[in-house]
Amino acid sequence: MSAVSFRHVTKSFQSAGRTVQALQGVSFDIAEGEFFGLLGPNGAGKTTLISILAGLSRASSGQVAVQGHDVVSDYAAARRALGVVPQELVFDPFFSVRETLRIQSAYFGLGRKDDWIDELLSHLGLSDKADANMRQLSGGMKRRVLVAQALVHRPPVIVLDEPTAGVDVELRQTLWQFIARLNKQGHAVLLTTHYLEEAEALCHRIGMLKQGQLVALDKTSALLAGTASTMLRFKTDDALPTALASRARITGRIVQVAAQDAADVEATLTLLRVAGTRIEDLELGRADLEDVFINIMQGRSARADHAATEVSA
Amino acid sequence: MSWLRDIRACVPLFKKEVLRFWKVSFQTVAAPVLTAVLYLLIFGHVLQDHVQVFKDVGYTRFLIPGLVMMSLLQNAFANSSSSLIQSKITGNLVFVLLTPLSHRAWFLAYVGASLVRGLAVGGGVMAVTIWFAPPGLAEPWWILIFAVLGGVLLGALGLIAGLWADKFDQMAAFQNFIIVPMTFLSGVFYSVHSLPAFWQGLSHLNPFFYLIDGFRRGFFGVSDVSPWLSLGVVSTAALGVAAIALHLLRTGYKIRS
Repeated sequence: MSAVSFRHVTKSFQSAGRTVQALQGVSFDIAEGEFFGLLGPNGAGKTTLISILAGLSRASSGQVAVQGHDVVSDYAAARRALGVVPQELVFDPFFSVRETLRIQSAYFGLGRKDDWIDELLSHLGLSDKADANMRQLSGGMKRRVLVAQALVHRPPVIVLDEPTAGVDVELRQTLWQFIARLNKQGHAVLLTTHYLEEAEALCHRIGMLKQGQLVALDKTSALLAGTASTMLRFKTDDALPTALASRARITGRIVQVAAQDAADVEATLTLLRVAGTRIEDLELGRADLEDVFINIMQGRSARADHAATEVSA
Repeated sequence: MSWLRDIRACVPLFKKEVLRFWKVSFQTVAAPVLTAVLYLLIFGHVLQDHVQVFKDVGYTRFLIPGLVMMSLLQNAFANSSSSLIQSKITGNLVFVLLTPLSHRAWFLAYVGASLVRGLAVGGGVMAVTIWFAPPGLAEPWWILIFAVLGGVLLGALGLIAGLWADKFDQMAAFQNFIIVPMTFLSGVFYSVHSLPAFWQGLSHLNPFFYLIDGFRRGFFGVSDVSPWLSLGVVSTAALGVAAIALHLLRTGYKIRS
């Protein structure tokens, strides 16, 4: 049985008088104990998909289940199995950290589970803030409480919706060590993030969403192997030759060009030499998830643009 | 069976809602009690020798049950409505939305906490004003019945308003243009029999009139209309409003997209 199962999930809604297709038939499974990454640009439908999984939103069609429990018809069992860390930094200003966690635990019928609450507080570096009011906490501390709230009922499936957005390095490390430990203990994890190095380091498998469609779904290692294995990186202040500019990723002075093999590297360098482009800090590296992500997004985008041109013609 | 399960399941949310208003009890309990006492001092002083509604019942005595019920109703409404709108706007409603609580458990928790706050404020107003002119205790069961029904009706109405309103401005409009006029024009400060025929007829369309009239019956043993009629009207209104609130919660109106 899958930890999470999405089957032909669609979601459309009205916005400014027109119908927006936020999800267009998304199907995939997350296995028990798996660490799964859901990636995609802003507006791709990641949060909509998670909202449907968590019962915050309803799919227009399709089925979603958590450990076999349908999120609509058997919502109570599905939600008991699910711990969600929401993207927004929200809190209840009336209560202290400990009160917040006790209340959340009680919602799931668990009563006072102070041993587990103390363990959560300790692992997330919140022990000395247990009796502080939520309003007194910094943004990073509030984020830690959000994580603790999601885990307070020991859910077998953990959903983290951009949990490290805008948080410092210390919290990221604390959080990932803790989540990785829970994952080793058998908890399935669904992570969305814009930090692709985190996804590459943590996730066994990755799905990529674009414009509401699943455009990639594979093991992280297979995705990395499936793209150009080598990246040529250098810095320059000069304009790139046209043939190169069209396939290069440019971030300020840094240029990255994918190369399939040694001959491709040599051809690229020849292009630069012939054009008289002055380069510095030249290095060859392995392609990372960011390269894979950009390749997939641009590939689809080119096809989508082509289709749009055909329609308008 | 499922209602029994929901009653057990609603307890944590009910406790949280009670704790929420209790933590700011100066604002949520003490302040409305003071307001009611000021009404009693001012209106009681001005009208004591000019108005007599029931035989052998002075105006201050007449006024006290009305003020108690008005405070109960307004605060029961304020509790569920303000909690929901605040949670919606700050976003922390998500913590309840993610739980396995059913729509019936939500209803019981929010309405139950509203009833507790309404009774706390009503009891506070009674405890303070009773020293000015003890109103009597002719048929006490009506006091209990209408106090509970009033708290439930307004708690459920507050739930609907809290779900419907998207911003504090809309909530204030609901409170100031619907709830306050309905409570003020329900016979808190006068007997509807003293009104011209048209306004008297209009007052009989206001369910709050029956709440206050039936409640007052418990103290004085006399009322403008039969307490059984009041019980029928108020029960019907409470059931209707509760059914709407439950439907909105079940369909996730404005809280689950």
